[in-house]
Amino acid sequence: MKIGVVVFPGSNCDRDMYHVLTDVFHLDAQYYWHEKGLPKNIDAVILPGGFSYGDRLRAGVIAAHSPIIKDVRKLAERGIPILGVCNGFQILVEAGLLPGVLLKNTSLNFMCEWTELVVENNQTPFTNQFKIGQKIPIPIANGEGRYYVDESTLEKLKKNNQIVFRYAKTVNGSSYNIAGVCNEDYNVVGMMPHPERAAESQINPVDNKPSSLIFKSLLNTIGVKN
Amino acid sequence: MATYDVHVIIENKPGISDPEGETILNDLVLKGTHSTVSKIKTAKMLKFTIKEKDKKTAQNKICEICDELRIYNPMVSKVSISVIEN
Repeated sequence: MKIGVVVFPGSNCDRDMYHVLTDVFHLDAQYYWHEKGLPKNIDAVILPGGFSYGDRLRAGVIAAHSPIIKDVRKLAERGIPILGVCNGFQILVEAGLLPGVLLKNTSLNFMCEWTELVVENNQTPFTNQFKIGQKIPIPIANGEGRYYVDESTLEKLKKNNQIVFRYAKTVNGSSYNIAGVCNEDYNVVGMMPHPERAAESQINPVDNKPSSLIFKSLLNTIGVKN
Repeated sequence: MATYDVHVIIENKPGISDPEGETILNDLVLKGTHSTVSKIKTAKMLKFTIKEKDKKTAQNKICEICDELRIYNPMVSKVSISVIEN
């Protein structure tokens, strides 16, 4: 069992993610530098948050052209669970692996605060331990987190059940208050909030259990007992 | 071969909100005495310098680069490209 944590120049949540995977959930995780390839027998891949290439041109767009994305694309096509958090979500969107786009928050501010998510799809590798409508207290930390899709794409996402998380209330101007989506096969998930900063009781002032379920869902998917 | 400067302007498509432009309009320009201004849109401008055989080829090459490397996101942005001969 191996989880790959992809590191780009400017990633800064890679160590938090690695810590949660290894120290909290006792998974075998490994960092993969973006210029290298991913092994074919990897069980899941996580693109962590940060500021890849300093958000130059547009958050995530330069990293989306990194050599490792070719392998991420191949693994995604094979149904391997892929999770993008924050900048990882922006990269997946810019790579065309997830629909939509992430624009500057309506406030134009970098937003760093606790929010509440509502689970909309519990059939993904990262949400199968949730109940529909379950709430997740979780932090956001982004400047370009306003998820946007046009009306016809939004209707398609609703129809295909590709909306994974919504904010419980309006946070940053996102279309339909969307905080996370998945691809049509449900195995590629992107979310702006940070579950790796909310899965331990020591750093979650509200309740760490819901964020833990994101990782426990992954454990369940790849067949590891915790 | 000649050297061309190519200006690429990336702006939001109509219908995609531009809060920065709206703030500059409402909270700066219209709060002054410039009531004839009705709209401000922000944009990003990239200036390329390229060596090509002619102006048309330079423009086509920059178009190709913008599309291939997603210099702009076609879902929310439009791009205008103009070539200036040095």
